[in-house]
Parts: sequence; structure tokens; C-alpha cells
Amino acid sequence: MSIRFKVEKRVDVPKWLPLATSVGSVILAFLLGGLLFKIIGGEPLKALKFFYRAVFGNWAVFSDTMVKATPLIIIGIAVAIAFKMRLWNIGAEGQFYAGAFGASLVVLVPLVPESSPKFVVIGMMMIMGMLCGAIAGFIPGYLKAKYKVNEIITTLMLNYIIINWNNFWIFDQWSDRGFQMTATFDRKAWLPRLADYAREIPAFSGVTLHLGVLFGIVAAVIVWWIFKHSRWGYEIKLYGDNPEAARYAGIDITRNIILVMAFSGALAGLAGMAEISGVVHRLQESISPGYGFTAIIVAWLAKLEPFVIIPVSILFAGLIVAGREIQPSGLSFLLQGIILFMLISSDVLLRYKVRIIRTEQEQV
Amino acid sequence: MNFTIILHSGIATGTVLLFAAIGEIFAERSGILNLGVEGMMLLGAMAGFGISLATGSAWVGVLVAMLAGGVLSLAHGLVTIHFQADQVVSGLSLTFLGTGLALVLGEGLTGQTPPLLVDFNIPLLGAIPVLGPALFMNHGLLVYAGYLFTPLAWFYINKTRPGMHLRAVGEKPAAADTLGVNVYGLRYLYTFVGGALAGLAGAMISLSVSPGWYSTQTTSGQGWIAIALVIFAQWNPFRAALGGYLFGMLRRLILDLQGPSTLLGFANPLYINSNYSFFLIMTPYILTIIALIIGSRAVARKKGGSPSALGIPYIRGERGR
Amino acid sequence: MASPPLAVEMENIVIRFPGVLANDHVNFTLKKGEIHALLGENGAGKSTLMNALSGLYAPSSGTIRINGEAVNFKSPRDAIEKGIGMVHQHFMLVPTQTVTENILLGMDEPRFFMNLNKYNQKILDLQDKFGLRVDPQANIWQLSVGEQQRVEILKTLYRGAEILILDEPTAVLSPREIAEFMETMRSLSADGKSIVFITHKLREVVEVADRVTVLRKGKVTGAGETMEGVTKKDLAEKMVGREVIFTIHREPQEPGEVVLEMEDVSALSNRGLPALKNVSLTVRSGEILGIAGVGGNGQSELAEVITGLRQCQGRIEVQGQDISNRPPINAINQGVSHIPEDRTEVGTAPSLSLTDNTIMKDYRKQPIGDGWRINFVQARDHTRNLKEKYNILAPSIDTPAGKLSGGNLQKLILAREISSSPNFMVAMQPTRGLDVGAMEAIRELLLEQRKNGTAILLISEELEEVMSLSDRIAVISEGKIMGVLDAEEADIETIGLMMTGTGEDRELAQR
Repeated sequence: MSIRFKVEKRVDVPKWLPLATSVGSVILAFLLGGLLFKIIGGEPLKALKFFYRAVFGNWAVFSDTMVKATPLIIIGIAVAIAFKMRLWNIGAEGQFYAGAFGASLVVLVPLVPESSPKFVVIGMMMIMGMLCGAIAGFIPGYLKAKYKVNEIITTLMLNYIIINWNNFWIFDQWSDRGFQMTATFDRKAWLPRLADYAREIPAFSGVTLHLGVLFGIVAAVIVWWIFKHSRWGYEIKLYGDNPEAARYAGIDITRNIILVMAFSGALAGLAGMAEISGVVHRLQESISPGYGFTAIIVAWLAKLEPFVIIPVSILFAGLIVAGREIQPSGLSFLLQGIILFMLISSDVLLRYKVRIIRTEQEQV
Repeated sequence: MNFTIILHSGIATGTVLLFAAIGEIFAERSGILNLGVEGMMLLGAMAGFGISLATGSAWVGVLVAMLAGGVLSLAHGLVTIHFQADQVVSGLSLTFLGTGLALVLGEGLTGQTPPLLVDFNIPLLGAIPVLGPALFMNHGLLVYAGYLFTPLAWFYINKTRPGMHLRAVGEKPAAADTLGVNVYGLRYLYTFVGGALAGLAGAMISLSVSPGWYSTQTTSGQGWIAIALVIFAQWNPFRAALGGYLFGMLRRLILDLQGPSTLLGFANPLYINSNYSFFLIMTPYILTIIALIIGSRAVARKKGGSPSALGIPYIRGERGR
Repeated sequence: MASPPLAVEMENIVIRFPGVLANDHVNFTLKKGEIHALLGENGAGKSTLMNALSGLYAPSSGTIRINGEAVNFKSPRDAIEKGIGMVHQHFMLVPTQTVTENILLGMDEPRFFMNLNKYNQKILDLQDKFGLRVDPQANIWQLSVGEQQRVEILKTLYRGAEILILDEPTAVLSPREIAEFMETMRSLSADGKSIVFITHKLREVVEVADRVTVLRKGKVTGAGETMEGVTKKDLAEKMVGREVIFTIHREPQEPGEVVLEMEDVSALSNRGLPALKNVSLTVRSGEILGIAGVGGNGQSELAEVITGLRQCQGRIEVQGQDISNRPPINAINQGVSHIPEDRTEVGTAPSLSLTDNTIMKDYRKQPIGDGWRINFVQARDHTRNLKEKYNILAPSIDTPAGKLSGGNLQKLILAREISSSPNFMVAMQPTRGLDVGAMEAIRELLLEQRKNGTAILLISEELEEVMSLSDRIAVISEGKIMGVLDAEEADIETIGLMMTGTGEDRELAQR
């Protein structure tokens, strides 16, 4: 008798398997990361405990994690839309900065009268943030649709361009007394935080969670609806699965590429607006520790499902929070890379299965 | 501002892009799109710097950097070749992985002073007026190696048997497979070559062009520019080298423009307010986009240009493309 | 006395693919110097069996002997070393490389430097020996299909192949090229080469083969029979498993008003070469206009300009509306439906569900389209109806389209395109690659559409199909319409001549 392993194509994928592989790859990545950490002389278990305490330890730190998760949720959804159409928007980082710039315009130019009520200021900041993000998404979308210019490169290059553009304003025009940041915004331009209601509900004292997290949840609902029920979502899905079939079905591909990129940019821009209006309260350098890139992993890990993006974002926000505390600082980058690698490797399990065949010796 | 200085500096920084871009050309010609160049370069920069510090030999550092870049790229090879994963996503995760590894392992390297690669002059050629000092004086060995490497790479791809196999694997793997060419093996090989050259490019930064370890600032996005150069160069090593040199010169020009108080008889706005330099820093990125637009139109006219099987996993028996 | 060993002996070959038994204990023998036809329908397992002989697949069980010696091929290279050369149905050539480079691919010589001049000459010498002409310095993409086929054969000969496997070699050739090709096969076998000739065309088997093996659904139904006394009818029965009805009942019908009118339409191919040259055609309602021609003579481009997928010069009107050079949506809105040449690459989205695939054209219209949203309750009902009516075999309407068999996928496309009750239909190769049962079903559906008053443009490389279904037949060659014939007057010889595109035929066609 002999035992053989045979790799076969799967005909059907069990419903539980995709989730199992995702969870499995995260766990495996943590194990591998821990091993690496051990090799370079760290104490993985202690770090994990530390990680847990720094991320979920109590309400205040958890709220901090949620604050970091907010931009990840919004941007994760933004890139998921583009990825559904197989548009590689690697420029969410730049679109985030563009959104922050747009929102700052409202306060610093200012675009609304000084006496405007809070909801007008915030509303205007949302609009301008989304508009500037949309422009940053529109450019690569237009170039892709009209001239077939590779969007991976253009979105990436735009990241550098936009960040330098912001820097010029921060260092020069809007510099607050020569510091490399603008003056703090008026309170009217701050998104409401739970801590603002500490007087009424004492438990909220020091809880920094702001309204932006609601933007993320609303965005998830809207995008879920678009893909589940709308004509536009159907067109995006069809193009994403087979561009030739979409052309054949009479779908206006040029328009959809531009629209999807602009929409994706607008959402990423909204995240930028939420960050400066809800957390930083001014425009400054380095408002993002690479949200735009981490969100790509988040979206992929969530299999581009809007509602799954939310919990995955929280996990990754934890990594970012812990990454600030744990030395060496590159560890969270490393862990993110390993998680994504594990995940895309595990996808092979969805396509193939290994069969163990026990056979009697056929020939003498 | 001095043309010779700009050219000299452009050649040096351009050589970094040259190695990274030609490495990527090898990988892409075999059908493997590896977007992880930035990560591999950063790992190479760290490894080169760190090993030079540990062993006291810059050249050992360069070798280990190439090995590190190559080994890292094999992770991309495994997932895309055997597991048939999406090459874009895998390349991105490689960027993260490489960056993370470089930062973790490079902890504490900042401010150290390992032995660097030495510059030297080429005797006779250095005497050529204007060009001599720019091209053949005060460069490291790797810059001179770049002059030879570009034509050799072109010749290898277009005029040799292994080069023919490389092109066949990237254009029509099924055809190569039916004739007994090892498609998977060659794809692994050239993925490794691409990674090793990216590692070399990284080590060249940290040990020669702008020595030091400044975490992610060491490479500051040059890996991505190298990828853009490949498209701009339409997978031709000569054009990639030319593009690399031009970019290098542009970077130097930006620095030099901030020096003088007048430019062409006008007051230099950069001298008055150095913050305008942010716009100059943008220009290479803007020019990359413009170059891509021009390149894409050329590709559209000529139909094709990119290797036909680029980005497509090869599975025997499934549609021979 | 022991007879000389056979060139090839395959015994009890079993090859499994997930869910399919492609070869079920197949026996096959090839004598030295003979032409042995391997006959069977699409999907009968012919190519699979020969891929095992050429080292591309390893059989699950069974033995292969070459010249009496048992072999166990691990890769195509092993098979090449034993003198086996296979010409695949889809050519295995690198389009961007020259003829010489393609022939040298995978060889151990030259070691490193290419030195193409020397090898160009070597290949010219080889061409002289076997009478297969093609410019060694030309790039593959510049060659005609017939020339590319010669390169494929040269490739095997250059490797010293003694056993040649030719997979459906005549599918891409014109009748005249086929005649030349038959000569080539005969002269190769006269030179002592042993040839396996895979085909599903009975006429060619009778004409050229010494022996024939018939496969049906992975099993041998006729094993190595000599050709004496074998009739086409016998072979057809073995191939299909029942008596085949060669004629289709097409009721005479008066065509209605003009639906499609094309005038002076010219277009370029993907390579930028002229693919359509001043094509003028009309199709009336309730009429099938067949386009006969060898593949690659402008048929794909013709279908694409009408459906808006390709730019062109000239005028294309559907019911009086010019639809040329407009986005595809215009043609769709004018009631043009399209059965595309490539079911998987163009016609369907493989990982989307049956439902998503059936609403590809209807999702804009009530009741499925509803403003911004899609009414998926309606969409699912619609899909369920179509699945039942057209007998599409699939586990459920949520099954991804990519899991369907070729015949069912084609039924899905046809169901979708017919259910929009089109005015005009472009059917490109509607039965290619289907088994006989599915083929008949599809043909019946087309005739039913004709009865309902749809104008149909039927583009097919199967001459018999065009002749049995069409009311009129237009013959295309190198992008030009060589003439239009009434189906009743058309005979296979006239059409065959016109397909080769000579000047005399044009006069003959215009009569």
C-alpha cells in the first residue's frame, strides 16, 4: 500500500472556507511575527500582552484604537470600490491628504463666513474634503480611461505630489508663527467627540471617539447597497470580473473608470477631513502613519466586503497603536506584510484541494 | 550651478535607478510583475549598510544586499508562480514586508559609519573635456559597471539563447513549455535577478550615493520611480538607463536651483523663499506621469510593448497564453 | 515471427480531470510510416490522449511504449527526445519572435550566442528537404495561418521527430490549403514519418488516412480499423453513437423588409492591417445570411463593427439608424443582439452567477432595471425561466457561469440574446466546440428566431452549417465579400473556390 498526495482543482468552495483561511492567515502571521521577534531577541508573549493592553485594555485606549480605525474603515471602503473594478488605487494616501487640504481651505481661507453655525462649517468641510479627494482620484482615472496610463504608478506619484503640495501650505502660507503647522481650528470646525458630552455622561470623560466613525459606518452601508442592489454596482462588478464582457454589454467603461476613481478618491478625502476635524484640529505634516497603504491590506483581508472592513480595520488600528509603543518600530509594518502574504497564499486553498490517495501497489 | 556637476551627480544617482529598473525589466520580461521594488531596495540598503558595518567590507555588504533582495523576491515568486496569487497585491505586500524587515533589522544603524564604496577615476577617459570629469571621475565601481551592464543586458535579452527563452516565457509560456523550457524555473530565476538588482541598487544608495541609514527616507520612493521607468522605457534596458540618468540629473538640478540669488538675470524665487522648493520636489513625480502619458500613447500606436503574459500566472493545460 | 515493433503502443490509458474521466482505458497503436486518423467529437478526449503521448499530461494509469520500449514521460522534453513532435490545435508560437527563433526555442544548440544567420540557412535547408516554405527571418505575427502551421511542422522536423501528432490541423485552412496539406502529409509519410491526424471531419479521414481510431466520450468505439470498406456513415455512427441526421429542416419563408444595411464598410484588425475591405451587405427580417470563409479572413472584425465593438469607415444601418462608430450601447438599443465568437472571454463573466450573466443586456430595462436599482427578484425569476425554457444544466441560478460546460454556456448566451426579442442577430460560430446534441439544439433555436422574423447574420467556419441554415450565403476572403449566392444554387465546390479568393471566382460569383 502506498499513500499519494494529489493536488486537484476545487469544483465547489465550502461556504466556511474563505473565512477560515482569512482568520487562519492572521493567526499564522502573528505566530510567524512572534517567531521573528523572538529571533531578534524580543519576548513575543510579553509583547502580545502589551499589545492587548495597549489596544483593548480599557475604554480610553480602546477608543484611541477606534479613532485610528476610523480612517482605515473609510479608506478601506474607498479602495475596495476601486479594487472591485480592478482599478489599483494605491493613491488613497495622497487622496487622504488632499481631503485634509480641502477641509482646511474651509477654515483657513475661510470659505464660510465666521458667523456660520457649526453644522454649516462641518458640512462645508466634508464637501470640500470629498471634492479635493475626488479630484485627486479623477486625475489618474481620467488618464487611465483616456490614455490607458497605468493607474498604479500615477496614483503613487500623486501621493508624493499632494504631500509636497500640502507641505508648501503648511510651511509657508498657513504656517503658524513659523511652526510647521497651521493654527488650531476654531471649535466650530471640530467634529463632535464623546468626550464633549462628559458633563452629561461621566463615563465619556476622556473618550476621544469622534463622529468620523459614523461616516465609516454610513459609507459601509451605502457601498454595500451599491454592490447589492444598484445598476452602477452591477456594472462595476461585471467590468471587474471580465472587462471584455462589460464592453460587450454596452457599458460605458470610460465613464465608469473615471467615476469609480473619483468616488474612491472622494471617500479617502472624507477620511482626511475626518482626521483633521476630529483628531488633529489643524493641518500639519504627517497626519497619516500610512493609512492609505494599510487600508489596502484591510480591504483585501476583508475580501472587499464593506461590513467586514470594519472589524478588520479595528485589528489593524490596534497594530498601529501598538506599533507606536513597541520597539522596534518597523514591527507593525512587518506584521502587516506577513498577514497579507499569508492571506494571498491561503487563497490557493480556495482553488485547489489536496487529496490523500491510498492505493494498492498497481504494478509489481 | 555647473553642468558637469549636475551630470556627474545625475549619473551617480541615475545608476541606482538603472540597476533597479533593469532588474525589474528582467522580471517583467519573464512575465512577473513585481511591485515590491521599493521594499527590496530598502532591505538591500539596510543589509548593505549593516553588513558593511559588521564585516568591515563594503563589498561583502553589497553582496549580502543582493542576496537579501533576491531572497525576498522569491517570496513574491512563490505566491505568484506556484500559488497563482494576484501579482499586484503580492507586490504590494512585498513592499510592506521588505520595509518592515529593513526597519526591524536596521534598528540602531542610524548614525553609524561603516566602510563605504570608494570612488576612483578612470585614467584616460577622465581627461575628455566636460564629459570626462562627469562620467569617468570620482565615481564608484558600480557607476562604471552600469555603463557596461546596460548594453550587456540588452544583448543578453535579444541576442542569446537564454534571452530568447526569457522572452518566450513572458510572451507565450505555453509555447515554451511544450518545447521543454522550464517556465516556472525561469520565472523564479528572473524574479530573483530582479530582486538581487533591486538589493544592489539599495546598497548603492546607503554605501555610495547618499551614504547612511535613514530608515524609509533612505530610498524615499525611488523603487516606485524605477517601476515607472520600466513602462516608460518599454522594457528596453537602454531607454531605462537613459531615463534613470535623466531623473538623477533632475534631482540634482532641483538642489542646485536653490543656491544662486539670480537665475538668468532674474531674482531667484527659491533664494528668497526656500519653501518654493516643494514645487520643485514634485517635478520628478509630475514628469514621471507625463512620461507615462507619452509612453502609453506610443504603446497604443504600436500595439503591445508589454510582454503579453505579464501578470498572468501560467497553469499548464489552461489556455496557452 | 515477430513483426517489427509498432511506433506507438498505448495500453489502457486512463486520464482524469476533476469531475471528468477524459480517457477511459484507451488503447491506441501507430504503425511505422502510416497516417492514422484519430476521430471524435469535440470533448471526446482525442487531444487529451495525444497530450499524454507528447508528455504534457501524465496518465493516471496505463502504459505507453515507443518502438517497443516502455516510456514514462515527465515533461514534453522527454517525449521530444523519443522523436515525438506535436502540432497543437492552437499554435504554440511566440508571436514577437522570428521563425528561426521559434524553431530553436528549447533546443540545446546554439549554446549561448544566437548567430541567427547560420541557423536561418539551416532551416532553409530543412525546408528544401520537405518542401515546406516560409521565410525564416519573418516574425510569427506577420505570417498567415497556413504559414504558421508550416513553422509548427518544421519545429518538430528540426527536432528529428519520427512520430508527428497533428491536432485538428485543417480547422484553420481553406479548401485549397487543405488539399496542399494532405499532400504534405502523404509526402511526410512516404519519407517514413508516422503521423497521428486528429480531426472531426469525416471527409478528410476517408481521403488521407490508412487507419482510423474513433473515440467517443473518452472511450474507444473504433480501434485502429483499416480504411478499406469503411463508409462515412459507419464512422459517424461510431463517433456520435447514433445515426446522424445531416440535413436540417428549413422551411421556405418569404423575407421581410431590410433590417441591416452595410455600405462600403472597411476596418482595421488589431494589428492595424486592413481586415475588412469595402464590405456591403443587406439582411432582411426572417432571413439568415450566412458568411462562409476560412477563419481569420475578417469575420471577427465584421461582427465587431456591427455591434459597435470596433471602429470602421462606411455606413452601417439597422432599421434606418446609423450605428457605425457608436458605442456598443447604440447597437443594443437598436435591437442588435450578438452571440460572440468567444464564449468565455467576451460573452460571460465567469465568476459571476447565472443571474448576473443573464441580465447583462436587460439590466437597464424594466422590469429588471428600476431607476438606479436592479430588481433582483425579477432578475432571478427571469433567470429561472430561461434556465428552464432553454434547458440550461446548472446546479442553481447562483452558480458561477464559469462552472458551466461549453454547451450550457452557449445556451445561456443564446437564451439571453434571444430573450431580448432582437430585430437583428449576429451569431458568430454559434456551435463551435459543442457536441452533436447541443449543436442541433442551437441550430433549431436559430431557425426558430428566423421564423419569428429576426434578421440573422450567421458567421461560421463550418461550411456545412452555413449551407444548411442560410437563405443566402456570402463568401468572405481577405476581408472582401467575394459574392453572394442563393442557398439553393450554392454548391460546395463553387463556395470553396470563392473562399480562396481568386479573381475568376469573383466573376463566377457575380455571373
